[in-house]
Amino acid sequence: MYDFAYHKPASVADAVKLLSADPDARPISGGQTLLPALKHRLNKPSAIIDLSGIAELRGIRREGDKLVIGALTKHVEVADSAEVKSAIPALAQLAGTIGDTQVRNRGTMGGSVSNNDPAADYPAAVLALDATIVTDKRRIAADEFFLGMFTTALEPGELLVAIEFPIPEKAGYAKMKNPASRYVMAGAFVAKTKSGVRVAINGAGPCVFRQTEMEQALTANWSPDAVASIKQPADDLNSDIHGSAEYRAHLVTVMAKRAVAAAG
Amino acid sequence: MNAVTPFEGIGASVKRKEDLRFLSGRGQYTDDINRPGQAYAYILRSPHAHARIAGIDTATAAAMPGVLAIYTGADTAGLGSIPCGWQIHNKDGSPMAEPRHPMLAEGKVRHVGDQVAVVIAESRAQAKDAAEAIGVDYDVLPAAPTLDAAQVPGAPLVHDGVAGNICYDWHIGDKAVNDAAFAAAAKIVTFETTNNRLVPNAMEPRAAIGDYDTTTGEYTLFTTSQNPHVIRLLMGAFVLQIPEAKLRVVAPDVGGGFGSKIYHYAEEAIVTWAAGKLGRPVKWTCERTESFMSDAHGRDHITKCSLALDANGKFLGLRVHTQANMGAYLSTFAPCVPTYLYATLLAGVYTTPTIYCEVTAVFTNTVPVDAYRGAGRPEATYLLERLVDIAAAETGIDRVEIRRRNFIPNDAFPYQTPVALQYDSGNYTATLDAALQAADWAGFEARRAEAAKHGKLRGIGCSTYLEACGIAPSAVVGSLGARAGLYEVGTIRVHPTGSVTVLTGAHSHGQGHETTFAQLVADRLGVPVAQVDVVHGDTAKVPFGMGTYGSRSLAVGGSAMFKAMDKIIAKGRKIAAHLMEASVEDIEFDRGTFRVAGTDRTKALAEISLAAYVPHNYPIEELEPGLEETAFYDPKNFTYPGGCHIAEIEIDPETGKVSVVNFTAVDDVGRVINPMIVEGQVQGGVAQGIGQALLEHAVYDADGQLLSGSMMDYTMPRADDLPLVGVATHTTLCTHNPLGVKGCGEVGAIGSPPAVMNAVVDALKSYGVRHIEMPATPAKIWGILHAGRKLAAE
Repeated sequence: MYDFAYHKPASVADAVKLLSADPDARPISGGQTLLPALKHRLNKPSAIIDLSGIAELRGIRREGDKLVIGALTKHVEVADSAEVKSAIPALAQLAGTIGDTQVRNRGTMGGSVSNNDPAADYPAAVLALDATIVTDKRRIAADEFFLGMFTTALEPGELLVAIEFPIPEKAGYAKMKNPASRYVMAGAFVAKTKSGVRVAINGAGPCVFRQTEMEQALTANWSPDAVASIKQPADDLNSDIHGSAEYRAHLVTVMAKRAVAAAG
Repeated sequence: MNAVTPFEGIGASVKRKEDLRFLSGRGQYTDDINRPGQAYAYILRSPHAHARIAGIDTATAAAMPGVLAIYTGADTAGLGSIPCGWQIHNKDGSPMAEPRHPMLAEGKVRHVGDQVAVVIAESRAQAKDAAEAIGVDYDVLPAAPTLDAAQVPGAPLVHDGVAGNICYDWHIGDKAVNDAAFAAAAKIVTFETTNNRLVPNAMEPRAAIGDYDTTTGEYTLFTTSQNPHVIRLLMGAFVLQIPEAKLRVVAPDVGGGFGSKIYHYAEEAIVTWAAGKLGRPVKWTCERTESFMSDAHGRDHITKCSLALDANGKFLGLRVHTQANMGAYLSTFAPCVPTYLYATLLAGVYTTPTIYCEVTAVFTNTVPVDAYRGAGRPEATYLLERLVDIAAAETGIDRVEIRRRNFIPNDAFPYQTPVALQYDSGNYTATLDAALQAADWAGFEARRAEAAKHGKLRGIGCSTYLEACGIAPSAVVGSLGARAGLYEVGTIRVHPTGSVTVLTGAHSHGQGHETTFAQLVADRLGVPVAQVDVVHGDTAKVPFGMGTYGSRSLAVGGSAMFKAMDKIIAKGRKIAAHLMEASVEDIEFDRGTFRVAGTDRTKALAEISLAAYVPHNYPIEELEPGLEETAFYDPKNFTYPGGCHIAEIEIDPETGKVSVVNFTAVDDVGRVINPMIVEGQVQGGVAQGIGQALLEHAVYDADGQLLSGSMMDYTMPRADDLPLVGVATHTTLCTHNPLGVKGCGEVGAIGSPPAVMNAVVDALKSYGVRHIEMPATPAKIWGILHAGRKLAAE
């Protein structure tokens, strides 16, 4: 990796100040994406702002009908949390399937959601559960947050602080893993929320997206059969040596069906 | 004293002595070694598959902090070519094309990863920084990254002087006899297949440290090698012109090789040469990404074959044409892999009376291809065992029955095949029957029906394979083009108080030699395993050696130790006779005790060794003091392990994912020294075989970029991809080595891929599937099912 300055602020305010002062500085939480990029010299930040010393970014708490999860919460903490398991079991289950043990003990929810890797797990949960992304400056609805491949509504220097998940009536998640990387090849997170049924598809396309045809079908009839015959168009889906867009389109339907079955 | 527990000898599952240091992080691997004043090398590699180098500007880089030197092909052009250890001859008797393989590219790069320049700096980061500042002016050429692309008319030439990119065009067998067999056939089954290219991926990446003593003129190379003496010979004699006495090669703990660390690589020569130029030690450590583009790959064949059968399903003849990808340069053993390690195996376990095989070896703009766990035998076995299953399907004969009808019978050994090899022993019916029973083959249809109830497609497949280990004898391989002998060296050093040091030319990089070899000594000399130290991997300590590959270490290296122990015992008897005032003919020896026959007068080995080193009462006129013996053992033949592997798989038709739900291996590896280690070796090999069948594939795009160039895209098998592998052995002894051993390191990777693929095809037989290419990825299986469904819907 290239040389960079290193800062470890103790508060969100200090972190934001450092980030705002230097457009080439990059925040790091678990480092599961940034560190490999640095090691491969694919990224040359002037400074690394290590968020791990900021206590206010940690923690999982229930606030009424919401679950609030701090940006620095590790995947393993979400997977093991009694609070998450009881409020949104599908979210705990999802967290328990991210990467491997090492990744889950380093990677954080805020890092994953900010990065918006199309093949990441959390964006599907955030979008399907109609979560709100809380930053140091504002609140952003999930529908407004994920803009494209590795692109979000976060402004330069803006820091994701927490994510608020309204507790759904039901939710379920299923994914097909890429055989090599074990990232998501095609996944579906389905949720019956106060704002209606929401289906988010990850892995298959360049960015997580909602599958509205499936949402309508599940609104009328919440059952795996309701989505079983809905075909996801292959246009704009990813295609690579592991599978064609048509294969991923097919998997979207299969995973949606399985996600509904898992939700019960 | 020296009473050995019976549990430590041959046949005991002694826990591996080496594991304490490996499992507690105290192994000493090449990268763990640091020499005083050490500098670091970073190799700038080509980003292009094929390009002329119009110029290299190193001026900026050379002035960067910490940079000691930058070398390019212009600096090393006067040095030797990285040599190839095997010369194959064309059909017309002319030698293969053997273009120069430079340490650093000379005017042209031929694959992504080809080494262009080396930067030597005070730190690795400084070397890397400077490498980025080197300006290389590439004139990019069209690439020929596949067998097809390299053989189309007008294909880009990988080497300007090699017409049509053909390295050699070789054949074996009598074509006229073969043609006659086909003319008389009742049925001919044909089949075309690709054996997928693999990246070995040992856990420890390659590394090398060159060191030079300016006062003595001695070079030392520490390297991740499976055969340090061979590296000393190849690099010293052919590349750098350093006499053996001035070159020490050390291969310390090595974290896996699977073949990829047999070869002499350019980086070894670069650090050794640079150390001499700079008068400082130079270390190079490969990164994983670099491994993908610089370690020799494996397999990569395209084959057309036909099997002629009579009306009863007896095989009458086999005809094979194989194209083998050599990559951009000839790696050390590359030319012999698709010829003498492949075509000679095409008889398998069957009585096929005539076999004719043609092999075209082709240069491409890819990483060199060489032996990888199994080396030629997996390719032959896959071809044969898939072909037999297809033949069974197309003749309507049960796939187990057609195998039985064609097995070499138990009373036919020694059995001469039509493709040069003479098998010494085997019992193919016994391993087949044991495997069928262990896998409950008979009960499979009930399990298939049960799986179907849950929406799953279940299949079962077997392979009855044979392989050849311990490539030999030297005179024969020499006549076939080997440029080295293939014997092994063992020294048994009995110390004064009776403990033993074994020096072996074999090299352990995960196989457990330090335990298995100690067991040989425990079994024969009665010395406890804990008092036997096995030394390997250092040309300054071990007299000579050819190293470890081709499952040869025990069959060849163990036999050398056995011969050396013969000499120890013979000398010990003379000393014992002297001490006990008996005639040598009356001295018996058994597990550490010399006895005057028919008496209770005995001497322990430790008493004999003490007398040998403190020769106060000693037959000094007849015998030299000391008790150390060395033997060179040149095998009379290959050894021939064989057996039966059975895979049971289940397909999720919704995703196409194949799960191996059960795997049974019954192998005849000859005499088993340590059953636990054999089980581990077979399981590891099966893991790699399942990897080839279902997961692994090195894919190049049309420009010669390796698309599966990292773990993100190259699917290595993981624990959850693998079933519990049931391992059993059924032994017939090797008849020509003193231990009766055959070898177990590669059987897993050889027998398993066709067993898995036969099971996959079996699961899909209702879809009319005749064959599926490896790897059977979810997307590929789904594509077949999807096409099948569409067909059914039409």
